Amino acid sequence: MQADATQANRSEPDPDRPEAFRSAVREWLAVNCPESMRSPWRTEADVCWGGRGWEFQSADQRLWLERMAARGWTAPGWPREYGGGGLDRERAKILKEELARIHARPPLMSFGISMLGPALLKFGSEEQKRQHLPPVVRGEIRWAQGYSEPNAGSDLASLQARCEDRGDHFILNGSKIWTSYGDFADWMFCLVRTDSGARKQAGISFVMFDMATLGVTTRPIRLISGKSPFTETFFEDVRVEKDQVIGGLNQGWTVAKYLLTHEREMIAGAGLSSAGSTPLSKTAVHRLDTENGVLRNSALRADIARFEMDEQCLDLTIERARDETQAGASLGAFASMFKYYGTELNMRRQELLMAIGGYDSLVWEGGDSDDGHMPKSWLRSKGNSIEGGTSEIQLNIVAKHILGLPG
Amino acid sequence: MALVLSEEQTMLRDAARSFLGERAPVGHLRTLRDSGKPDGFSRELWAEMTGLGWAAILVPEAYGGLAYGYTGLGLVLEETGRTLTPSPLLGTALTAVAALNLAGTDAQCAAILPGIASGERILALACDEASRHRPRQLTTAAAAQGFGYRLTGHKTAVIDGHAADTFIVSAWTGSGLSLFLVPADARGVSVERYPLLDTHAAANVRFEQVELEAAALLGDLDGAEALLDRILDVARIGAAAELLGLAQEAFARTVDYLKERKQFGVPIGSFQALQHRAAKLHAEIEMCKSVVLKALQLLDADETPRLADRVAEMASLAKAKLSTTAHLAATEAIQMHGGIGMTDDFDIGFFLKRCRILETLYGDRYFHLDRYARLRGY
Repeated sequence: MQADATQANRSEPDPDRPEAFRSAVREWLAVNCPESMRSPWRTEADVCWGGRGWEFQSADQRLWLERMAARGWTAPGWPREYGGGGLDRERAKILKEELARIHARPPLMSFGISMLGPALLKFGSEEQKRQHLPPVVRGEIRWAQGYSEPNAGSDLASLQARCEDRGDHFILNGSKIWTSYGDFADWMFCLVRTDSGARKQAGISFVMFDMATLGVTTRPIRLISGKSPFTETFFEDVRVEKDQVIGGLNQGWTVAKYLLTHEREMIAGAGLSSAGSTPLSKTAVHRLDTENGVLRNSALRADIARFEMDEQCLDLTIERARDETQAGASLGAFASMFKYYGTELNMRRQELLMAIGGYDSLVWEGGDSDDGHMPKSWLRSKGNSIEGGTSEIQLNIVAKHILGLPG
Repeated sequence: MALVLSEEQTMLRDAARSFLGERAPVGHLRTLRDSGKPDGFSRELWAEMTGLGWAAILVPEAYGGLAYGYTGLGLVLEETGRTLTPSPLLGTALTAVAALNLAGTDAQCAAILPGIASGERILALACDEASRHRPRQLTTAAAAQGFGYRLTGHKTAVIDGHAADTFIVSAWTGSGLSLFLVPADARGVSVERYPLLDTHAAANVRFEQVELEAAALLGDLDGAEALLDRILDVARIGAAAELLGLAQEAFARTVDYLKERKQFGVPIGSFQALQHRAAKLHAEIEMCKSVVLKALQLLDADETPRLADRVAEMASLAKAKLSTTAHLAATEAIQMHGGIGMTDDFDIGFFLKRCRILETLYGDRYFHLDRYARLRGY
């Protein structure tokens, strides 16, 4: 059924002409993006995450994933031999714009695509890429990241989860914390200590293993928002295969740093996804008193205007960073700054939404409150400046690596 | 349009940077101040700057100019912001030329623009009458008389007013706002120069029954409100560009000092309290770079009324954001330099003074915050 719709529009666009590509994409989407997948999504629960245990919320959700995955468009920029779309930057951008134009939901949310993929593409062996990337593109395997530990947060390199060499395999013991959706993940990519004698960054490896392996258990962590998007993850004599080390033994820190940069860009971007949602000032005008079209509370109005100015500034700076990268500059210098600025901005947005909401923003459950969406989002946002490297760590990086300040 | 500079624009910026670094570094401003000369800028230096074509950047080729656009001139303004170089670049080469390009008749352009391009003429925008920027609150009025107009009123905070040969004056004309080109030597014009806190000078200008020809009208009679807004938006974006250079230079000097200055046996830049403040400022300045470039590109691109609102919004965003950030950069510079930052011998204080003027000119951050919110419908 899915194949029919896909093949109906198999005519490949002329690769030399971006505009031909755009119209081909537009036509294909018109036929293949189900109507119900063209409505706004608000939380991470509204989209497909894939994986062995995924239960599709609708037939359309399954169809949309299968059609997009068949073209490799769940990972548009990845090479075709690994299941990706093989699109260059310009065409990937066109695809993104066309998806946004019809308000299409992402067919797949995936740490495999956003985090594992970039690491494997850069540091993985040919066998590793062939084994892991295609199932990620198809949404068949859901990945989790194992970085932080109870005693290794900001000081990540002091991590203690240990892999012992047992000849043809490793045995892993220890634990991780803040594993995003660890209880739903099929595989984990994980930072472990493989050499206790070396300087702390030098004894770390980046390994992958199946979460179904004997000895892996997870326990959800309940947040102040009442939700549990993270788990603690425990390893008791877990067998890890030797061909599942990325980037070489004891080279894990290099891979991790590269990936953290990616993660920061993604988190900063998520802070910005407000760009696609209702502008704060619209919500304010809708809910608050105005006089001649001007918000009556001038102090709140000023805070909203300052927020919207900074939001626009960040959008423009992301645009500039993208343009400069295309012109050959490195994005590395921007990543920590974006992570810091984007998350602080999102937290300001949540604070202002609460201020605009007044008493309504205090309701935790019930029909009118949309199940406490407002206070739960506000509470959840407090983690934005902690996860993926705290704001303070980002500022340290900017101070040392961009400004060249000592110590 | 990509938010990056073209190769040609980069060359222009580099040339401006090396010229100013050599001929008009911050020490030039100090020399000028200590000389006590009334102009507030060096006419010799202005002759050199116009010799490089800087006053001709925005002038159309037909009037002896380079027609190189707002982005190019914005880059030069940014560089003069780094060196705090006083000159008629903002008032004449940017604002007055934009006014004539936007609304001047052939005759008006032919009479004035070549003289601006060659550096002979200086113009000044006279639009404010009280101690705050309120371009719509006017008592200056002009009435039709014979074949022309009779103008009466007063203006204040006229930048370069003491040196200008011609004023661009806003006045009520019965049922709306109009703009006039008024020669400084016309009968009934009196100019009172006053010094500003940063060595620049401005003037109070009085118009007593000044008789103007019909050809003195710039733009539509009774219908120049949008035109004045647009001229001011150009000036605001220009001031933002200058503030961008100022903020970057004040910050660069501060970071250098943090690496150099030792207390407790270590560079003070190794203290996290200072590192984080510096890193936050760095982020804000990066935001500013994007906003100024976007605003200049919009001015270059905008030929359709459809974009007029976007220009207004970007101008207020740029002016408010740059005023806030440059001010922060200048005050953090003083604090992080410590005691030496308070001394007149040291240059860093000049940045704070120049910043204060540019942020007040054509609407401060509060004016533009309010305007931005209005433009966005709240």
